[in-house]
Amino acid sequence: MGVAVSRPRSAGRRRRLAPYFLLLPGLAWLFVFYAWPTIQMLFISLQEGSLETGYRLTWHWQTYVDVFSKFDTQLVRSVEYGLLVTLGCLVLSYPLAYFIAVRGGRWKSALLFMIILPFFVSFIIRTLSWKFILADQGFVLATLKGIGLLPEDFRLLATPVAVVSGLVYNFLPFMALPLYASLEKLDKGLLEAAGDLYSNRLVAFAKVTLPLSLPGVFAGSLLTFIPSVGDFINAQLLGSTNTTMIGNVIQREMLINNDYPEGAAISFVLMAAILIGVAAYAKVLGTEELTG
Amino acid sequence: MSQEASGPATAAVADRALGIEGPAPRPARGRRKGWILPAYTALVIAYLVLPIAVMILFGFNDLKGRFNFTWQGFTLRHYRELFRFRELTTALENSLVVAAVTTLIATALGTLIALALTRHRFRGRGSTNLFIFLPMATPEVVLGASLLSLFVTFGTARGLGTVLIAHIMFTISFVVVTVKARTHGFNVEWEEAAKDLGATPWVTFWRVTFPLILPGILAAASLAFALSVDDYVVTAFNSGQTLTFPLWVFGASRFGVPPQVNVMGTIIFLAGVLLALGTVALQRRRS
Repeated sequence: MGVAVSRPRSAGRRRRLAPYFLLLPGLAWLFVFYAWPTIQMLFISLQEGSLETGYRLTWHWQTYVDVFSKFDTQLVRSVEYGLLVTLGCLVLSYPLAYFIAVRGGRWKSALLFMIILPFFVSFIIRTLSWKFILADQGFVLATLKGIGLLPEDFRLLATPVAVVSGLVYNFLPFMALPLYASLEKLDKGLLEAAGDLYSNRLVAFAKVTLPLSLPGVFAGSLLTFIPSVGDFINAQLLGSTNTTMIGNVIQREMLINNDYPEGAAISFVLMAAILIGVAAYAKVLGTEELTG
Repeated sequence: MSQEASGPATAAVADRALGIEGPAPRPARGRRKGWILPAYTALVIAYLVLPIAVMILFGFNDLKGRFNFTWQGFTLRHYRELFRFRELTTALENSLVVAAVTTLIATALGTLIALALTRHRFRGRGSTNLFIFLPMATPEVVLGASLLSLFVTFGTARGLGTVLIAHIMFTISFVVVTVKARTHGFNVEWEEAAKDLGATPWVTFWRVTFPLILPGILAAASLAFALSVDDYVVTAFNSGQTLTFPLWVFGASRFGVPPQVNVMGTIIFLAGVLLALGTVALQRRRS
């Protein structure tokens, strides 16, 4: 490569090829263990058979029809919970992110650090902590029942409320951080200008702050919606059979029933639905905004 | 946006035309600090911290039965008998080993991709960005299920090796994004300067580029470690009979989780927090 005669040309080629050499190992890993399995899953979803007799590819599209009619409740429920969780996280964390970004002052870093604190605790342990806090005789409910604010047989565990609130807790930082990032970038001069022009605080918020923070709202919504739609831990630990989500179905089919075609078909439906949503978002937003 | 901006701009011109100079006296907007927002912020943060406090507290619980649900007195017993459950200890070891190896490999692979994306203009850059984003946009349960499909098809035995493959796969993208974010304002001139002064590309990289992006790499590495050590979903699909720490805890939750889990959680929590604070302090000193 370093032959003296053709040095300028080979150096130029080396510069041109350099990015591809840098990309190669990482992208190869992602191709083999992300892209290929995804395609493999599509094929498996079109196979027929059982664990005993083996699976054969028969282009059995019927599985998709079956899956939709069999698990429509869980599909709809997952989307419902996902939307509720996204909305809940948005409402809870917008004022928080706003406060830290605009009035955080020298406490900014400390407050942000508090928001990511839950990440230092295992997801499972955090969710189990909620199970403990929400338990029928746990200190919250026991106290409220003790002072007569709640009937004796009131319970939170095994209800949709428990599952959704668990999800909101687990994914709140994913909403708060992008919101903070977009509010932080906001030029405060604009707000002052709005004030100077006699717009009151509410109007200034609606016309300046809110529109400028929309990229953060979009990014945060994606980052909370995607993991909450696919989650099965909260439904399993905090819910009951009436709160099963699509993730629970995939887990059951793949790991317990070993019905790989069905599990693969549901996974594929879930992923396709989310990727279409993401593509639509990316179209509005541009991918740089999402990928940093 | 421009339409909305045109309104106030017109108003400003009108004001000036009417001879209103500068802002009219208005209530000191910035000074009037309400208490509602700070109180609200404190509440939400308390909500975020509450389960952590519960975890730490109940690691000190002197419980008699199997269920660690009610406070029965203070003890340090569980700290002394931290490794009482052989399987739990093994599971924790597995998690730490997998996380360490994942961090090394994923950080290396991800950093190379990030360097290519921030420092080179090349054909396929946009689609590479999108491809990197996809694994983060795929629900974990689908990542786990699809990788399992691959292993099932090839009859690969599941164990620590497959868990490692899975963890590296889903952490690479996060490394790329983190390193990219920190190398965004990167000064290419410094590298040019080094080259002009006769440094070889190799020397330039290690003496100029690497020290500059090191904080980003460290941040990415800690993120990779955290993601790996904590993962349940993808691991559950690809671990076979091998248990990691989250898998063991999940399994135990049906029969009552021993306080040793709280203690281990507390230690991991403190180690993570100290490490993060240390990294921040280091960065502050450098800049």
